[in-house]
Amino acid sequence: MQLIPCPWCGPREETEFHYGGQAHVEHPADPHALDDEQWAQYVFFRDNPKGPFAERWAHTAGCRRWFNAVRDTVSYEFLTVYPVGPPNPLGTGTRERQEATA
Amino acid sequence: MTPDAHDLPDHPDFLWRNADPKKSYDVVIVGGGGHGLATAYYLAKNHGITNIAVLEKGWLAGGNMARNTTIIRSNYLWDESSGIYESSLKLWETLEQDLDYPILFSQRGVLNLAHNLQDVRDSKRRVYANQLNGIDAEWLEPDEVAKVCPIVNTSPDVRYPVHGATYQPRAGIAKHDYVAWGFARRCDAYGIDLIQNCEVTGIDVSGGRVTGVRTTRGRIAAGKVALAAAGHTSVLAQMVGLRLPLQSHPLQALVSELLEPVHPTVVMSNAVHVYVSQAHKGELVMGAGIDSYNGYGQRGAFHIIERQMAAALELFPVFARAHMLRTWGGIVDTTPDASPIVGLTPVEDLYLNCGWGTGGFKATPGVGWAYAHTIATGEPHDTNAPFTLDRFTTGALVDEHGAAAVAH
Ligand SMILES: Cc1cc2nc3c(=O)[nH]c(=O)nc-3n(C[C@H](O)[C@H](O)[C@H](O)COP(=O)(O)OP(=O)(O)OC[C@H]3O[C@@H](n4cnc5c(N)ncnc54)[C@H](O)[C@@H]3O)c2cc1C
Ligand SMILES: [Zn+2]
Repeated sequence: MQLIPCPWCGPREETEFHYGGQAHVEHPADPHALDDEQWAQYVFFRDNPKGPFAERWAHTAGCRRWFNAVRDTVSYEFLTVYPVGPPNPLGTGTRERQEATA
Repeated sequence: MTPDAHDLPDHPDFLWRNADPKKSYDVVIVGGGGHGLATAYYLAKNHGITNIAVLEKGWLAGGNMARNTTIIRSNYLWDESSGIYESSLKLWETLEQDLDYPILFSQRGVLNLAHNLQDVRDSKRRVYANQLNGIDAEWLEPDEVAKVCPIVNTSPDVRYPVHGATYQPRAGIAKHDYVAWGFARRCDAYGIDLIQNCEVTGIDVSGGRVTGVRTTRGRIAAGKVALAAAGHTSVLAQMVGLRLPLQSHPLQALVSELLEPVHPTVVMSNAVHVYVSQAHKGELVMGAGIDSYNGYGQRGAFHIIERQMAAALELFPVFARAHMLRTWGGIVDTTPDASPIVGLTPVEDLYLNCGWGTGGFKATPGVGWAYAHTIATGEPHDTNAPFTLDRFTTGALVDEHGAAAVAH
């Protein structure tokens, strides 16, 4: 069982946490402007990298707060944890993709 | 030693050549698991295409094919799933003769337990749907469950009492390694190259058409490229800029020491997350749920195994003194509707077979058949036509969470 460093409580057992999937997936600013393909991307498509991944965790059995983390999906090591709000330190993800194709 | 153990057949002296890559092939299949091998076999057998390479980054069938709990069944809810899983089960029933190789397909039946009133209703609904699709399925009351599998604890005084079960008598298990080796041997006899230690590191596309692959053993030109890489499909698709609705997760299983025959069937419980059968040699084979997080590490968290064992002990108190021998993990690719994606891609001559998640072993011959048809003709087979990538855009999902995830 690995220790996950909650930004507020410090390292705690993995079983105290809930996984929330990819971080930095933002609700579309103008939902009516989206076509089916863009909706599908928002609802169903997520990144699935082998390596560092920016994702969301909740410390459900502790402070009950959500936070973001960059974790290596091969070693499972937490490379960094940070509060919700600041941008993705990896600079990857849906938001950037949408802007790039906008 | 169980009586069965003496029956484990010997292998022939020769299974397959350890081929080196040629410069070019008509079809390159990425991934030498059960799906890749079955696809190559049916491409040769049904479509006369034999200039094929199956590229495997590790050892042949060493991925999920070597790690799964080998449960085979077709009692899914929707017509689309019945189409693909039942066509596969029919192929399993004659596969041993077809491959001329022992695969120890044992139709010992599967019980899917119901633990509360809603489970009971959902299970009965699935039984009726199965029956309408011509699939053998029955609803069993707790006393009938106890007749099929006497070691299941059907006492009402447990935390998750058994309120009954669906039963598919034709379901069962097969010896996964033998299945792979049986397909590999026949592929080799057709002249198909099975190339191990050959990782695909790039996919070449020119003018919207796939032209070949880059590998750790050099570039290989290809008329068509067919992915069959299970949990690593996102990594490969990314090479051509294709984003997929897949999430890769660790999925764990374990085996006990050898026991006398005690467990005559397959028992699965979605609610408490364990599925158990007894292998031909005598080990109890038990699978768990997926780890919640994405992972490619081929190992999972210990607390998942703890929960799995707790569930197993509640259902089977008789296992309390059995020793666990080993645990392992595979990497499974899950989709939002718990159904696979098999078919064409936006890149011409590049084909996709993925998203089988926790339950693709049972589909091995069926998807091999359908995928071979898709690759050979450029059109989906009837059975894989509903499992397109664009169902996530059109909304024509095949939601099998109730019948598939996490238990399969
Ligand atoms: C613990 C566990 C229990 C399971 N239990 C069941 C069950 O009871 N019943 C059931 O139906 N299903 C079960 N499954 C699921 C089943 O194993 C998979 O759905 C199925 O094996 C997937 O198809 P495959 O056999 O081709 O995949 P794999 O055997 O994983 O084949 C994919 C191959 O591709 C190779 N590869 C990946 N990337 C590359 C690359 N870049 N270049 C070259 N090669 C590459 C991999 O090394 C691998 O060998 C289980 C899975 C696990 C992990
Ligand atoms: Zn906390």
